[in-house]
Amino acid sequence: MTLIDLANPTRFLALTARVLPWLAAATVILLAIGLYQSAYAPDDYQQGATVKIMFIHVPNAWLSMFVWGVMSIASLGTLVWRHPLADVAAKAAAPIGASFTFLALLTGSLWGRPMWGTYWEWDARLTSVLILFLMYLGLMALWRAVDDPSRAARAAAVLTLVGAINLPIIKFSVDWWNTLHQPASVMRMGGSTLDKSFLIPLLVMAIAFTLLFVTLHLAAMRNEILRRRVRSLQMMQASRVAFSSELGTGSHQENASKGAA
Amino acid sequence: MSLGPYASFIVASYAAAALVIVILIGWVMLDYRSQTQRLRELEERGITRRSGRSATERR
Repeated sequence: MTLIDLANPTRFLALTARVLPWLAAATVILLAIGLYQSAYAPDDYQQGATVKIMFIHVPNAWLSMFVWGVMSIASLGTLVWRHPLADVAAKAAAPIGASFTFLALLTGSLWGRPMWGTYWEWDARLTSVLILFLMYLGLMALWRAVDDPSRAARAAAVLTLVGAINLPIIKFSVDWWNTLHQPASVMRMGGSTLDKSFLIPLLVMAIAFTLLFVTLHLAAMRNEILRRRVRSLQMMQASRVAFSSELGTGSHQENASKGAA
Repeated sequence: MSLGPYASFIVASYAAAALVIVILIGWVMLDYRSQTQRLRELEERGITRRSGRSATERR
């Protein structure tokens, strides 16, 4: 099945119906394994047991950027290729990405208090992620503000692509500026600096959260397609009512003119 | 498994993540139910797609 085949929403709905149960099952299994490994990971020599927050914070932080990346590709699909499902994908991803970003900020804050002595610091990494969260909220507000989905899609696509500038800023903020947040320790030149006992549970949790995103995203896209079908049927209903009332008025006027003659 | 002196921060992190994920899953499921219900109601009133196929049809 190619990307063009999936341009047909009915085919897409058939695909999601087949794939969603398997994806959900894989997510649950991987999350269970990841949580078990996280629970029994050793304490860090400096951070103690608080290192366990990393297994939930880092996957959410990665996904906060990954989801915006997915939305950016979908936005290109809307503006350049005009793929019928591109704006559906972008719209459906926004609330999920906002949730992951919120969790990244919250768990980071809860990790920061015992380790840094503060819940929040206006440093480059934390501030740029907060801006990402606000951009997610702005995008969701834009989708809700415009009634016509195709008009909203173009405006949202432009905003998403402009907002993508923030992704490299978030990623490299710890290298470009002097921040309280630690530099990259997994995705860096020269390999990960994490010990395997931390790296493996972290990667399992990251894959589990990515699968969770894919599952929720496909389900939310399916809902969005159904919502648009509801909208088009409601518009058909409204036009039928208007047409029949016009006919009614027309026949009344005809009768009135006959009566007058 | 001992969580040490900062157990409340660790538990709060995992609890918050669980809560947000449950809300997300609940939102997706309720939204699906609501959309299929609205489509069924419209079809019962005789409002159907131009193709004549059911709006909830998947194949």
